[in-house]
Amino acid sequence: MLAYLARRLALAVLTIWAITILSFVIIKLPPGDYITSYIAQMSASGGFVSEAEVQALRREYGLDQPGYVQYLRWMTMVLHGRFGVALEWKRPVSEVIGDRLWLTMVVSVAAIVVTWALAIPIGIYSAVRQYSTGDYVATFVGFIGLAVPSFMLALILLYLGFKYFNASIGGLFSDRYAEAPWTLAKVWDLARHLPLPALILGFAGTAQLVRIMRANLLDELGKPYVVTARARGLSEWRVILKYPVRVALNPFASTIGYLLPYIVSGSIIVSLVLGLPTVGPLLLRALIAQDMFLAGTIVLLLGVLTVVGTFLSDLLLLWIDPRIRLEGKQ
Amino acid sequence: MDRPPHSPGGQAIVEPAASSHPAIPEEAEERISVATQWQLMWWRFRRHKLAMVGSVVVLLFYGLVLFADFFAYAPPTASEAQRSLLPPQPLHWLDGGFRPHVYGFSGRRDPVTLKRVYTPDPAKKIPVRFFARGFEYRLLGLIPADRHLVGVEGAATEETLFLLGTDEQGRDLWSRLMYGTRTSLTIGLLGVTISLVLGVLLGGISGFCGGGFDTVIQRVIEILRSIPTIPLWLGLAAALPSSWTVGQVYFAITLIISLIGWTELARVVRGRFLSLREEEFVMAAELAGSSQARIILTHLVPSFSSHIIAATTLALPAMIISETSLSFLGLGLRPPAVSWGVLLQQAQNVQALAISPWLLIPAIPVIVVILAFNFMGDGLRDAADPYGH
Repeated sequence: MLAYLARRLALAVLTIWAITILSFVIIKLPPGDYITSYIAQMSASGGFVSEAEVQALRREYGLDQPGYVQYLRWMTMVLHGRFGVALEWKRPVSEVIGDRLWLTMVVSVAAIVVTWALAIPIGIYSAVRQYSTGDYVATFVGFIGLAVPSFMLALILLYLGFKYFNASIGGLFSDRYAEAPWTLAKVWDLARHLPLPALILGFAGTAQLVRIMRANLLDELGKPYVVTARARGLSEWRVILKYPVRVALNPFASTIGYLLPYIVSGSIIVSLVLGLPTVGPLLLRALIAQDMFLAGTIVLLLGVLTVVGTFLSDLLLLWIDPRIRLEGKQ
Repeated sequence: MDRPPHSPGGQAIVEPAASSHPAIPEEAEERISVATQWQLMWWRFRRHKLAMVGSVVVLLFYGLVLFADFFAYAPPTASEAQRSLLPPQPLHWLDGGFRPHVYGFSGRRDPVTLKRVYTPDPAKKIPVRFFARGFEYRLLGLIPADRHLVGVEGAATEETLFLLGTDEQGRDLWSRLMYGTRTSLTIGLLGVTISLVLGVLLGGISGFCGGGFDTVIQRVIEILRSIPTIPLWLGLAAALPSSWTVGQVYFAITLIISLIGWTELARVVRGRFLSLREEEFVMAAELAGSSQARIILTHLVPSFSSHIIAATTLALPAMIISETSLSFLGLGLRPPAVSWGVLLQQAQNVQALAISPWLLIPAIPVIVVILAFNFMGDGLRDAADPYGH
């Protein structure tokens, strides 16, 4: 078990390191550097930056140094919790991002919860009642789920909501809570707005997991131990839930590691369509305005949080699946 | 060495070979036993009805790609502010006999909302002809031609016919959809080709050499798969210089989306290498003194190429979605390039959609093509191993 944990931890650290490098590359990629953007920004708003000031800024940000030195300086900054200044807002990046990062994670985790809560029962039903009407409906909806990208689903629902209910289904808060400080009432308001974006984000994943669950369970249902349990007179429910479902869940649980990055990724673009106050719209705006410190920081933090989430789900898997706990003991 | 000299059950049980398929007549069985691997796969694939339907749809779409200029009837950039956001003109087939036509329209500005309002005018019938002459183009990029699937008689088609309506700049949606299909489907094909080369190369090295190579490549794949891809793509795509031409951006975007897509293909290739390496025929080849290269090229590659084709087909939809997403966000292909994502960009906000819902039409081919590729890929995957059960 310790060996497994150590391996996952090492991989997580390695991944985070890769993410820091990629984020740094994104910051550095556009032509020019932070200072040129800053000067452009200042002169656009009628300000003036003197040559001496430019030199001082360049030195401060270490832009006269080779790439790896700049990377190390940036990493030191990041580790101290300083992410630079967002050009458009003229405020520290961490302040601009604020709650948005957590809201992104809340939406993503909610999507995963929805995915699991729907996929497991539907998958079980589809397998146990194979070739029933319900199974065909589930399969059909599943195919649609695979074929419709989440942002398109959001667009279509948005249009239908507008046309038939004359209601806007976007957003995560009602108007009066949007700028309000956090209270219980605001949390409740968030909880009420959460299901729809979570469902949209989780739809494709659900479709995929239903298929996996159905196939896994079908493989198990014909096995002798199921016949034995039934012959012993266990109720049908207990036969299915106690043995084959637990076995079928295992390969399922290991896919969660890839589900989280997938959903976080999707949340960026769905947030834009649905107007969710996550980091998605902020990232897009930063990229279009070439505000690279903000963009790089968002990519970095999203990546790190995803890796941490994946690591936590690995721990969960360890707790669920005794086979992993025993791995390496033979 | 430690095997007992008489393994239990080793002598008595003779597999009654024919009785395992009692339903198959002798003649058919004869046919199956001499069929080549690809023939067996084709027979199995044919049984998968949805996969057959999917393949036909995919073929039709690639037909559209080849002859996009023929199916379009207006150049993709022909714009006119006077006909901005014109609703689709339904095609009427009969008018005392088979005379396909559409109604003309008159447009005016609403004095209150200042929006352009169009009213169809049933008195003004515009006859529609098939295989009519229209703007000039080069068929397959070579042969000069001016025939189009539909056209209008007595007037310039691009001025009068708008089967699916127009966008904000007054460009014909049908024609733009044809050109968008060409871009989106070729970018998918090109992206998957690059992914395929990367995947086969790295997956092959990983599976065949094993050891240190395998560990490094597997870790790289795991790292790539645990990073949210869209923020990464966006970051890379945003860095493309705005001075680049349409062609340069096209290739850069293809490269960006295929940089992530290869991991799944590499996993499949590695898995096949690992399982095939243990097969008797590989050992036989080794003992017969074949070189490594010969074993790979003449023994291994033919036996897993069907799996690769299946995995490639299943990877294509992801490529198409990636391009559509990037362009939809405005960070992928840039106008004047036309792709499904670029077309959907105009449908980005609900106000635009509420007024002109037809802007959402490009979502339909995206969904249909992705479904078709998924069905086809499923069928290919099932048929890829014709010797299994």
